[in-house]
Amino acid sequence: MQRDLAMNLHGLATPAARQRAWRALAVGLAGLGLFALLLILDGKDPLRAYRDTLIYVFGNTYGFSELLVRMTPLLLTSVAVALPSRLGLINVGGEGQFYMGAWLATAGALAVPELPVWLLLPLMTELGFVGGALWALLPGLLRAAKLVNETISTLLLNYVAPLIVSFFIFGPWRSAESSSYPQSPAFTDAARLPSLGSTRIHLGLLYGLVCLALYGWLMSRTRWGLEMRAIGGNAEASVRLGIPVAGYVIAAMAVAGGVAGLAGMGEVSAIQGRLVANLSPGYGYMGFLVAWLAGGSTVGIVVMAFLFAVVSSVGDILQITQGVPYAVVNLLMAIVLFIVLAERGGARR
Amino acid sequence: MSASFAAAALVGAILSGTSLLYATLGELVGERAGIVNLGLEGIMLIGAAVGFAATSLTGDPYLGIAAAALAGVVGNMLFGYVVITRHANQLAAGLTLLFLGFGASALVGRPFIGAIITGLPRYGGFDALVWLAVPTALLLYWLLFRTRWGLAVRAVGEDPAAVFATGRRPELLQYQALAVAGLLGGIGGAHLSVALTLSWDEGMTAGRGFIAIALVIFAKWNPLWAVVGALTFGGAESLQLALQASGADVSPFLMNMIPYLLTLVVLVFWGLKRRSAAPAALGRTFFGVE
Repeated sequence: MQRDLAMNLHGLATPAARQRAWRALAVGLAGLGLFALLLILDGKDPLRAYRDTLIYVFGNTYGFSELLVRMTPLLLTSVAVALPSRLGLINVGGEGQFYMGAWLATAGALAVPELPVWLLLPLMTELGFVGGALWALLPGLLRAAKLVNETISTLLLNYVAPLIVSFFIFGPWRSAESSSYPQSPAFTDAARLPSLGSTRIHLGLLYGLVCLALYGWLMSRTRWGLEMRAIGGNAEASVRLGIPVAGYVIAAMAVAGGVAGLAGMGEVSAIQGRLVANLSPGYGYMGFLVAWLAGGSTVGIVVMAFLFAVVSSVGDILQITQGVPYAVVNLLMAIVLFIVLAERGGARR
Repeated sequence: MSASFAAAALVGAILSGTSLLYATLGELVGERAGIVNLGLEGIMLIGAAVGFAATSLTGDPYLGIAAAALAGVVGNMLFGYVVITRHANQLAAGLTLLFLGFGASALVGRPFIGAIITGLPRYGGFDALVWLAVPTALLLYWLLFRTRWGLAVRAVGEDPAAVFATGRRPELLQYQALAVAGLLGGIGGAHLSVALTLSWDEGMTAGRGFIAIALVIFAKWNPLWAVVGALTFGGAESLQLALQASGADVSPFLMNMIPYLLTLVVLVFWGLKRRSAAPAALGRTFFGVE
C-alpha cells in the first residue's frame, strides 16, 4: 500500500500533459460547481464569492502577491512529502514539523536578538530546519527499526507540536505587552526575513524554490536519488544490493522534516514577526495533497501549490464577506480531491 | 490521592473512553475487511457537528445520535465508493475524508455555536451510550468471530481473492464493514458533543480519530481488547482533567500531550514484540479476479 502511494506520488510526471490539463480543468470546474451547490443549500452566495476571489486575486498586484505568499509554505511542505515518498515513506507529519521549525527558530530569535541580521537570519534558518528535522527524526528512527509505521507516528506528533508552541507562548515566552492574546514578544528587525517591496512576498519563497530545485536535482541526477528510487521500487532487493536502506529512511525523514520546518521558520520570521498559536491553516496537510496530486514532479508541485493557494483565498473571501468559517474551504478541496481520486483510481494497477 | 479523586478519574475514564471505544470499534471492523480509514477523525467531526445540530433542532438527543450515525454512514459510503469501486489509494482517500470532515462539520456546526441543548439523559450516572458501549464490543466480537458474515469479512481482510472464489462478493462485504464503521464513528463523535461537552466547536475531536486508529493496533484487531484500550486512554484524558480540577500546577498543554505520546509509546512496545496481528490484505486494493 505504501509503495502504491509512493508510486502514485511520482509516477504521473510529464507526458500527455495537455490532455491532463483539460481534465484537471474539468475536475476543478466540477468541484467548484458542487461546492457552490452546497453553499447555496446553506443560504450563501457562492458565485459572488468566486467573483470576489477573482477580482481580489487577479485584479491587482497586491492580491496576486498574496497568492505567492500562500504558495511559499506549500512548496516547502510538499517537498517534505515528495522526498520521502520516493523511498515509499508516507510523511503526513508536515503540520507538526512546520510548528517545530517555527518554534526552534523563535527560540533563536528570542535568545540572541542582539545579533546582526547577517548572523541571526542564517541561524534562525538553521534552527528552523533542525526543529523540523528533529520532529521527523523520531518517526524515521521508529520506521527504520521496524517498530512503528511512520504514517501513524507522524500523524500523532502533529497534535503534539502545536501544544508545545502553546505551552511556550502561554508560559515562558508570553509577551507582556499583549495580555489578552497570547503570543511571543515581537522579533527584532534583524530576525525578520526581508520582503519584496510593499508586498508580503518574502525570502521564504526563494527557500521553497531552492529546495524544490535541489529535490529535483537530487532525485534525477545523483547517486543518492538513484538509490532512493531503488529503495522505493524494491526495498528488499536494495538491502541485498548493499544499499543502506535504514540510513536512507532516517536521513530522508529528517531532511523532509527540516524542509517543512523551514516553512514554519518563514511564517514566524516574515509574516507574523512573532510566534503565535494557530500559525498554520493546515499547510502540512495541504502539502501532502499538493505532492500527491503533483505526482512528485517538481513542475507539478509548483502548479498544484499555486492552485491550492487560489483555493485557500476562496476560503478567506468567504470568511470575510459572507461569514463562512475558513475551515469550510476544506470542503472544496475534499470535493476536488475525491473527484480526482475517483477518476484516477481505477486506471492504475 | 483521595478516594473521591480516584472515583472521579474512573468515571471520567469511562465517559471519555466511550467515544473512543465506538470510534475504535468502527475502524476495527473496517480494517478487518482490509480497509484503513485515516478519515475516521473526519467522520467523528461530522458526527459531532450533525449530532449537535440535530439535537438542537429537534430537542431530542436520541434523534441527534441517530442523525450522527446516519451522517457517518453516508461519509464512509463516499469513502467506500472511492477506495472500493474506484480502487483509489486508501491513505490519500482517508486524508481527503479528513478534509471533508473538517469542512462539512464547520459548515453544519456554524449556526449552532453557543446553542444550548439538553444532553443524553443519564441513568445511574451514565448515559445510554455508555451503558451500551461494552455490549456493542461484545456484539461485534460475536459478529466477527461467531457468524458466517464475520468469517467472510475477516477473510476479505486476509485474502479477497479467496473470498471471491467461494462465490461471495468482496466489494459488498467491504461496503458493509465500512457502513458499520461509519455508524460507530458517527456515534463516537456525537457522544462528545451531545453527551459530554454539550457544545460544538470546530475541530473539537482533537485527534481522537487518530488515537482510535492507533488503538486498533493496540487491540490487535480484537473488539474485546479495544475496551481495555479505550478505557486506558479515556483514563489518561480524565486523569489530566482531574489533576487540573484538583488545582495541580501543571500546564494543561503539557498534559494534553499525554494521550498522543502514550499512544506512540504503546505502539513502540507493540512493535518490539514483532508479532503483527494485522489482516494480511490490510490497505491493499482489490482489483477483482478476471
